[in-house]
Amino acid sequence: MKPLKTYGFDNDIPAELGGRRTTAVYVYQAPVRIWHWLTAISVMVLAITGFFIGKPLPTLSGEASAHFLMGYIRFAHFAAAYVLAVGLIFRIYWAIVGNAYSRELFIVPVWDPQWWREFFYEVRWYMFMVRYPKKYVGHNPVGQFAMFCFFLCAVGMILSGFALYGEGLGEQSWAYRMFGWVISLVGGNSMTLHGLHRLGMWFTILFVMLHIYAAIREDIMSKQSMISTMVSGFRMFKS
Amino acid sequence: MQMESFYDVMRSQGVSRRSFLKFCSLTATSMGLGAGFVPQIAHALENQPRTPVIWLHGLECTCCSESFIRSAHPLAKDAILSMISLDYDDTIMAAAGHQAEAILDEITTKYKGNYIVAVEGNPPLNEDGMFCMPGGEPFVEKLKRVSKDASAIIAWGACASWGCVQAAKPNPTRATPVADVITDKPIIKVPGCPPIPEVMAAVITYMVTFGRIPPLDRQGRPKMFYGQRIHDKCYRRPHFDAGQFVEDWDDEGARKGYCLYKMGCKGPTTYNACSTVRWNDGVSFPIQSGHGCIGCSENGFWDKGSFYDRVVDINQFGIESNADKIGLTVAGAAGAAIVAHAAVSAIKSTALKRQDLKSLNDVQREETR
Repeated sequence: MKPLKTYGFDNDIPAELGGRRTTAVYVYQAPVRIWHWLTAISVMVLAITGFFIGKPLPTLSGEASAHFLMGYIRFAHFAAAYVLAVGLIFRIYWAIVGNAYSRELFIVPVWDPQWWREFFYEVRWYMFMVRYPKKYVGHNPVGQFAMFCFFLCAVGMILSGFALYGEGLGEQSWAYRMFGWVISLVGGNSMTLHGLHRLGMWFTILFVMLHIYAAIREDIMSKQSMISTMVSGFRMFKS
Repeated sequence: MQMESFYDVMRSQGVSRRSFLKFCSLTATSMGLGAGFVPQIAHALENQPRTPVIWLHGLECTCCSESFIRSAHPLAKDAILSMISLDYDDTIMAAAGHQAEAILDEITTKYKGNYIVAVEGNPPLNEDGMFCMPGGEPFVEKLKRVSKDASAIIAWGACASWGCVQAAKPNPTRATPVADVITDKPIIKVPGCPPIPEVMAAVITYMVTFGRIPPLDRQGRPKMFYGQRIHDKCYRRPHFDAGQFVEDWDDEGARKGYCLYKMGCKGPTTYNACSTVRWNDGVSFPIQSGHGCIGCSENGFWDKGSFYDRVVDINQFGIESNADKIGLTVAGAAGAAIVAHAAVSAIKSTALKRQDLKSLNDVQREETR
């Protein structure tokens, strides 16, 4: 009989105390890791500067020529946005040329009942309803789903962000020509797009909170490495 | 049928050729065209027949007309008397009643396909259009009838372009922008509440001079006046870039003329020419008078939250909720959930470990036995 294709493995109780082994699998290739940390930095810069673009810092006194605070904040926002956008394009390219795990962010096997079974198994694990999690070389199904949501959010933020950026550059600019349609899509008044862009910021903050918490928790509780994996590339399995 | 040109009319009114050419160069300047266009404008005015314009009034407040008659460059007098032939405008025309309506029929048949319809206000569609009945006829039917043979339609103001206050939620009369009712004609949207008089006059001048509609942006507005935001040419922009804001209507920043962004100025999201052309013959505009832009030329500006906030309310998530309130609530809830989850995880994990070790010890004991 053909063995059932599974995504995760080994949700048994840990092996006996004396016989602990550690296995290492190379998961995240160097470009993926570099992309991850560049994106992490740019998202942080974008959220902080973005917050203060919508609700600026207390006013400065003196001559206008002596300050450029809002200018610098906006510059940082736009620079980080370029890093995020170019990074994401590169990351999509790497999903094509990279290893099998590099595609997990973009292709979620929602058509596979087994994937869904393991998705709900993982949900039950997070809800303390099963004793031991399955192990995954790449992402667990819930993590993969969350990553995909972030990917969609990032695309939305890039589309809306560059549309708003294009407004500043002017109607003749490449950004307005390429992304100006987003403003028409939400009804033509870019106040709406500003609001949605800010909601996207909060969604990203929510994702980051859950992402970091889940990574630390899994690192401690699931007998597989998480945080060091995004540094070294190797996933360590302790059994 | 021979139609008289603008030049003929101007000469018959006693305008000298010298004054006529001056007028041409002034018009070129006001439209942002170079000196090379002056002969072109003169040629057009000398040779093109005067364009009949029918000015209709639907659900509106007449602020567009009030604005238009105050145009200084070109003077509305010049625009109405010499450039266009404003043959029907039920608000300012001398004729009334049946006489006025007879003119309407005459123009639409005599100049079939050659006249411009300028619409101020919009038609309400609920109750078969009964909410607006000029001359005993629902406005929506009058608009359709008159527009059928027009060469182009100018939608004056926020009403005709987007719907404005009568189309704001809940829009009881179903007031509908002109472009949603007339779909088979070129429509030039000149939004604003009201639009700037010079902009209105210049749009008409452009159309009669070049015999075509001005280049329009994605949303159907003339690029020459709606190509930039108020913010892009605002004289207070340096204060924005510096981070100098009015925080209160009566603070030091307000006195010094700092940026009104924090007071909810919609300049960064509003496409109009107020910060360059200004109002009342270039005297001032809202921001110069110390109040933020309310974005009156933008689609649905009545329904986009407070005029005094930048991060405005999003009513889909409940009245008086905005992106920051929603975000902070969600992030706060997530933070609390994470702490609780982490605590439960720690307790469970310790308990499980103890059990596991116990069971392993049992196993070992069994094996050694």
